[in-house]
Amino acid sequence: MNLDDALQTFIIEARELLEQMEEALLRIEQTPDDADTINAIFRAAHTIKGSAGLFGLDHVVTFTHVAENVLDKVRNGEVRITSDLVAIFLGVRDHLGTLIAHIAEGEEPDEDTHRASAELVAKLRAVLGQPSPASPPPPVLAERDANIETEAASGVGTDNWHISLRFGPDVLKNGMDPLSFIRYLSTFGKIAHIVTLVNGVPPLSKLDPETNYLGFEIAFHTEADKAAIEGAFEFVRDDARIRILPPHSKGFEYLRLIEELPQDDLRLGEILVRCGTLTQNELDAALSHQTAKVGETPRPIGEVLVEQRLVQPRVVEAALEKQQQVKERKNTESGLIRVNAEKLDQHINLIGELIIASAGASLIAQHTAIPELLEASARLSRLVEEVRDSALTLRMVEIGATFNRFQRVVRDVSAELGKDIRLEISGADTDLDKTVVEKIGDPLTHLVRNSMDHGIEPAEVRLARGKPAHGTLRLNAYHDSGSIVIEVEDDGGGLSRERILKKAVEREMVKADQQISDQEIYNLIFEPGFSTVEQVSNLSGRGVGMDVVRRNIAALRGTVEIDSTEGVGTTMSIRLPLTLAIIDGFLVGVSGSSFVVPLDMVVECVELTPGETAASQGRDHLNLRGEVLPFIRLKQLFDIPEPPAVVEAEADGFFDNSRRMRNASSNVILTAEGAAALAKDPELAFLLHPVRRENVVVVQYAGRRAGLVVDNLMGEFQTVIRPLGEVFNGIDGISGFTILGSGNVALILDVPGLVRRVAGREVRRNAAATSYALAE
Amino acid sequence: MRKKKVVTHIDILGDLSIFNAGEQRSRLLDALEAYSEVEVDLSGVSEIDSAGIQLMVAAKREAVNRNKSLRFTNHSPAVFDILELCDLAGHLGDPLLIHAPT
Repeated sequence: MNLDDALQTFIIEARELLEQMEEALLRIEQTPDDADTINAIFRAAHTIKGSAGLFGLDHVVTFTHVAENVLDKVRNGEVRITSDLVAIFLGVRDHLGTLIAHIAEGEEPDEDTHRASAELVAKLRAVLGQPSPASPPPPVLAERDANIETEAASGVGTDNWHISLRFGPDVLKNGMDPLSFIRYLSTFGKIAHIVTLVNGVPPLSKLDPETNYLGFEIAFHTEADKAAIEGAFEFVRDDARIRILPPHSKGFEYLRLIEELPQDDLRLGEILVRCGTLTQNELDAALSHQTAKVGETPRPIGEVLVEQRLVQPRVVEAALEKQQQVKERKNTESGLIRVNAEKLDQHINLIGELIIASAGASLIAQHTAIPELLEASARLSRLVEEVRDSALTLRMVEIGATFNRFQRVVRDVSAELGKDIRLEISGADTDLDKTVVEKIGDPLTHLVRNSMDHGIEPAEVRLARGKPAHGTLRLNAYHDSGSIVIEVEDDGGGLSRERILKKAVEREMVKADQQISDQEIYNLIFEPGFSTVEQVSNLSGRGVGMDVVRRNIAALRGTVEIDSTEGVGTTMSIRLPLTLAIIDGFLVGVSGSSFVVPLDMVVECVELTPGETAASQGRDHLNLRGEVLPFIRLKQLFDIPEPPAVVEAEADGFFDNSRRMRNASSNVILTAEGAAALAKDPELAFLLHPVRRENVVVVQYAGRRAGLVVDNLMGEFQTVIRPLGEVFNGIDGISGFTILGSGNVALILDVPGLVRRVAGREVRRNAAATSYALAE
Repeated sequence: MRKKKVVTHIDILGDLSIFNAGEQRSRLLDALEAYSEVEVDLSGVSEIDSAGIQLMVAAKREAVNRNKSLRFTNHSPAVFDILELCDLAGHLGDPLLIHAPT
């Protein structure tokens, strides 16, 4: 095991634990007596301490230890959870985050960090009611109830724990140093006596320097419980034999120890005496007891312990709980593998190549028209599709973790603003691509802060408006036609249409008499340098940010929209594609060029008959079952020339091929029966006689529909999205490109952009018509 | 067997840990092979772990087996700490200079 790797794992785990700790801390404020939550916090701190000890990160251990002491009191109900305590522990969590960050950077903690440590430790000590001593507090005897006290009299005299350690031969090879465990022990107790068992060590000539031969017998004084001591050895549990005897154990417990551990009895007995664990008399008594009891069936140790009331009930409980935890952790561990994100990306890229290659193969299969080959290539395509889907789900993570981070943001910001704001989360189990999750955090934080700062009014204003004094912020996520929608909703004052418009006119962003929809007015706040807030706070309001938010979201091929009702609240919806790598596309042809429309956004395809073109009177509208559907002619939009007929016949593209094949089929000389069949079956006739006609692909995005007029419909196509180069970045209506099986390039249409374009055109025209009508 | 020198003095520089235990083992073994009295200077040991401790114990044992003498001297603070931690100073039997706390 490489130590650096192990340290990396420690850092990652510590960060995860800190996240869990934070989550639990925020939860505990609402339910201060929930034992599970308290335990979760304790566990997080404890595990971090344990692992840090293993790496010799003493400053982390010392700091966490103090925090753990307080948590222990909380667990025992000696200290109550208050919001002050939660605040201190949030500080502790942050500070641990800083310490871990230092470790990750390979830096030593600086002066400020030490000072922060000291301050937090002082606060924690204050909670414990201890003065802040210069040196660590002297070990305090664990309190025992009277019941135990009397039993103690019948046990052996010492009040030290006895720990027997026999490390396995491979601990050193596994990257663990037995001494580091003993060092770690001394962080939460005092080693009263230690005997290092060196008689296993062979002479130098026979020594394998990487094999461990050492064992230890330790008399240990601590107020920690058995679980804590066991926890110290968690990492060598499989590699070592460990026996821990509580203070005042019965003589026969030591006897059992003597029997179990591979040293000759007398010697171990002597060691126990040397450790001060047993007196000579006690040893003798135990040994004679052994002879007397020969022949009796051994009973389960737990039973004996309970019967003899040797251990405090708390210790048993803790031990059982520990056992349970370990079991649970083992279960989840076996179900999960950590994979380097880079490897996963590489995997997805390869699958992208595979899709292109398999499309090429199936194209060739179609050319050759060998049935076996066609069948084989169809099977291959299906499998490739399945592999693609499963690979993409590997990248999917739930958005819940991102949402939960906002509990803290909301808590901190509302404290800063002096507002009482509650966060409600729904749709936390909605999946989306990991890359998207990582990149959405910042824009989302900005929107949340913005809503809290500008959206939600101060309590007095809220009360005056008849709303509850505390504001509510909602985060919601759901899937919608191939996108994920993330909503940030507040019940605040809403956007003021007039104020935005006034400001926009002032800044000459729009003309005073310009007709724009509410939607467009709201979207103005995403323009650079736009802010209607008179008072600038340190959170937001300086007009920087919202444009950055929109830019960041656009970079993820997403959009952001605002819906607002003045006085009632604002909802900001971020719409993002589920994945950034591979999609199901719908391939269409326009005069020899191919385009891909994301299949999720395609609603239906209809024919654009000459009759309907005439009926639309050049207004580019279609009557779709009584509904008005605006459409765009891609040929006009991208200014694609009609290809000359000769070129078309010779061209070798996917699209042209299909057309040529169709032409070829229409040239078949028909028999009389065939002609009759054609006359009866218009569908067949249509297939065989390609009429130059146009098709409309009806697409939908964010609840709006539009038609795209194309020449040919070529069917589903697995699309590996490639980003356009820098030069083409600004092109309207195109979001990327892909490579077809034939090796030709097809452009991917930016449906959201096109839909917006059509809808915008619509609103302006309607508004103009209305104002015209009003003027009349 | 060469007999021109009976006492040698070797300095252990750097670590006495799992990472170079093999190397240090051959050095100690070579010294015990060639000389009847070996003095090992530990003042340069900056880090020592369980593997190092074992090495010290094993070297002592080897010396006893060969009827030779091996002494550790000038224990560095790191060595001193670890001997204290495992309470092995008595077992090894070399005089220790107690370092003033820095």
